[in-house]
Amino acid sequence: MNQLLLIVTVAGSRVALPAARVDSVVELDALSPVPRAAAHVAGLSALRSRVLTVIDCQRSLELGSTDSTGPREAAVVEVEGHHYALTVDAVEDVVEALSDPVPVRAAMGSGWERVGLGMIETEEGPLLLIDIDALIAGPPSDRAAA
Amino acid sequence: MDDLIADFTAECREMLEALGGEIVAWEASPDDRARLDNIFRFVHTVKGNCGFFDFPRLEALSHAAEDALADCRAGRRTPDHALVSAVLGVIDRIGEMIAAIEANEEFSAGGDEALITALEPGAVVTAAPADPAHKGAVVAPRTIRLSVELLDRVMSGVSDMVLARNELARRLRESTGDVTVDGAFERLSGIIAEMRDAITRTRMQRIENLFVALPRMVRDLSGDLGKQVLVDIEGGDVELDREMIEMIRDPLTHIIRNAVDHGIETPALRRKAGKREIGMLSVSARQSGNQILIDIVDDGTGIDGARLVEKAIAGGVLTKDEAAALTPREQLALIFEAGLSTASQVTAISGRGVGMDVVRSNVERIGGIVEVDSAVGRGTRMTLRVPLTLTIIPALTVSIGTQHFAIPRAAIEEIVRANGSSVTLERIGGAGIATIRGRRVPEISLADVLGLTSTMTDLERTLVVLKPAGGDLFALAVDRIHDHEELVVKPAAPAVMATGLYAGTTLADDGSPILLFDPSGLALAGGIRLEMQERAGRVVEGPAVAAAVDVPVLLFRGLDGARRALYLGVVDRIEEVPAEAVRHGAGRLRVQLGESILPLAGVAPDSVLEGKVRLFRLNDGEREIGFAFSEVIDLMAIDHDVIPAAVPGQVSGVSLIGGEPAELLDAHWLFAEHLGTSVRASARLVCRLPSDDPWMQNMLRPIVEAAGYLVVGEHDELIADLVIRSDGQAVTSTGNARVLTLAADPDAATGEGRIYRYDRAGLMLALKATNQGSGG
Repeated sequence: MNQLLLIVTVAGSRVALPAARVDSVVELDALSPVPRAAAHVAGLSALRSRVLTVIDCQRSLELGSTDSTGPREAAVVEVEGHHYALTVDAVEDVVEALSDPVPVRAAMGSGWERVGLGMIETEEGPLLLIDIDALIAGPPSDRAAA
Repeated sequence: MDDLIADFTAECREMLEALGGEIVAWEASPDDRARLDNIFRFVHTVKGNCGFFDFPRLEALSHAAEDALADCRAGRRTPDHALVSAVLGVIDRIGEMIAAIEANEEFSAGGDEALITALEPGAVVTAAPADPAHKGAVVAPRTIRLSVELLDRVMSGVSDMVLARNELARRLRESTGDVTVDGAFERLSGIIAEMRDAITRTRMQRIENLFVALPRMVRDLSGDLGKQVLVDIEGGDVELDREMIEMIRDPLTHIIRNAVDHGIETPALRRKAGKREIGMLSVSARQSGNQILIDIVDDGTGIDGARLVEKAIAGGVLTKDEAAALTPREQLALIFEAGLSTASQVTAISGRGVGMDVVRSNVERIGGIVEVDSAVGRGTRMTLRVPLTLTIIPALTVSIGTQHFAIPRAAIEEIVRANGSSVTLERIGGAGIATIRGRRVPEISLADVLGLTSTMTDLERTLVVLKPAGGDLFALAVDRIHDHEELVVKPAAPAVMATGLYAGTTLADDGSPILLFDPSGLALAGGIRLEMQERAGRVVEGPAVAAAVDVPVLLFRGLDGARRALYLGVVDRIEEVPAEAVRHGAGRLRVQLGESILPLAGVAPDSVLEGKVRLFRLNDGEREIGFAFSEVIDLMAIDHDVIPAAVPGQVSGVSLIGGEPAELLDAHWLFAEHLGTSVRASARLVCRLPSDDPWMQNMLRPIVEAAGYLVVGEHDELIADLVIRSDGQAVTSTGNARVLTLAADPDAATGEGRIYRYDRAGLMLALKATNQGSGG
């Protein structure tokens, strides 16, 4: 398996995103909130004349919200024709996956449980592989409220 | 209609051009089946379209050619040289006629019969040569046909170009300005805007183009079926993508055919069911967010869900168990299953069980939905929901606090300031109601709906009156209105759309993202009941028509400090007298003004007057009274409903004037009270005024009323003593009433029942004459 993974820090934890899904890594500056939208939708931002829907990953994981002041790094992904920016604490590196994801047998937080695809081995040690779609979908309570 | 004719001629011309080669080839080998088919298709199309457009000559020609060619196709006739020539003659003639139609000219009469007879077997070829004068007159119209796909590419290119321009504009603003660069950019900007307009127009079309053929179709259908159907079409001005219109043409036609054929009953059956003999079929289109909704509603038999289920079971579509689990809605949805039809007999129109399933698949192919709702015996509603690929829409940008939003301009009725003179805001049970020129509309604050904080008070805001698709007006209070902009709208991410508030996102000129609202979604989120408002709003609408024209009143403060108002018409002038001039005499308070003594009103019985007393001199055209006041506030207009007083008295009612309540004085009562009993004793005379004439209602009515008349409208049943009409207006029934005609032009006033409408003295005299003639 030589799937490429992007290592990012979300809510203080290092996790892996499938690098093939990530278009680019950007720094977000201005953010327009979307009133009444689900809590994990941090707002809208623009990138090269495109509207990005900014997803606050920390909120999506129900681990509190990302500090909303100042520029933030985000991974831009495209899902069904819509562009999303996933806010992360930091973007570290791209590494090669050394294994297929395997189920994590230890108990994770419910948020991680929801977005985790499994543990994946890398040179940097085991990382949790994140399901981008689940991250964007957000916590189920949010979806019900929206 | 002109559009349709243009489409038709364009199509014909195109086919003619394509046919040019075919005709020659066919002439060479008349047995060539493919060529024959092509030519047949052409005349067939022409014939079909002519029926619709009412070009009888074209129709006759193409029909004759079609018949002859049909015989050839069926093998009943072998094409020979004579026939080929005759057909060519017909096709040439069709071409000339189409050119004449395009040029909007009359085509010279005659000659058609010869062409038609030439088509008959064994006819001698006498095809008339083409009229050279006409050939010369043909101006080649400059149109081409393009594939929609190409247009799409151009469109999306232009959209991106607009966005890129916006970004460039922003960068240019940030950098130090170079005048030459700015100038060049301005020009580029203008060109892009122009191009965007042009490209947008190429794709959008009014749905009217689709609707215009419906009445005729329904008429023909119902005629064939022996039914009576009235078609009501609404929303023809909804615009949608040209291609989309083509895609919904067939499904819509099919649904309407079904409605007429199976939905609406025959007159006899309708009578039996207690309905009107004429069936109603209403077709309406509206835009809802990024969808177009087309409702087709009939008041016919409706769809029997139970019967559908039986059929479905019999047809093997459903098992009994599955059928038992269906909700009524799901039962109805069975009509979309292939091979099901409730029609007990197959007719020529529909009912062969192919149809609704095709309708559904066609609509779904373009990303739409068909919904059905029906009540047995009462009718069926079919709703087509199709997406509207609205890429560029005109919008108004507004803001709450620091955040900007866009509202589609199409939904905006008007914009008023909350503190404007014609607007009042009230709270009823916590809900906002705005009264805008006498019309009450629910009001919601955008800040509340969105849960945003706003530092503005209600009165500082601006109200955007919105008419969402499928609902009635409501007012949206926003902090600030910014600009009208043409925005490139893209669908927003599902998480954003899930709020139901937004129709899409766009980028502002400064590159920041802006959300575009869906007005119906806003109304829903604001808790506005659109359906209910529809009726409630109408009730208010009636009287508001008359109130919309402002009635001038003099707003003043009475001696007791109360805000009062008098119709300006009765106030002659303002006087100031020393307090000593006011005395009790002959049982009432009177004021001495120069040589005359007038009764004085407006003074409380036990009040003591000091210094100077200011008073209005009120005039009813003949006699005068005084009315004391402390200060004049302003000359204002009544733009609100007057709430009448409970008991007759000096105050006739209360109304909001200048944002605060004021008592409206009843001049008639004042005169009646202060001039003694002579006026009051006589039975009140009735005067009929045209109720739809604002001048009469607002200017004349107070005077007529002040003269002691009871004013009624045309539709009141009271017998009028005096009928006042404006010049040129017909009087229906006057009975024994005197008729007074008011002329807008002083020269047209001939006296004797016809006076100039600002001839106050003459008017008063006429009013008084009637008063004495019949009442006094």
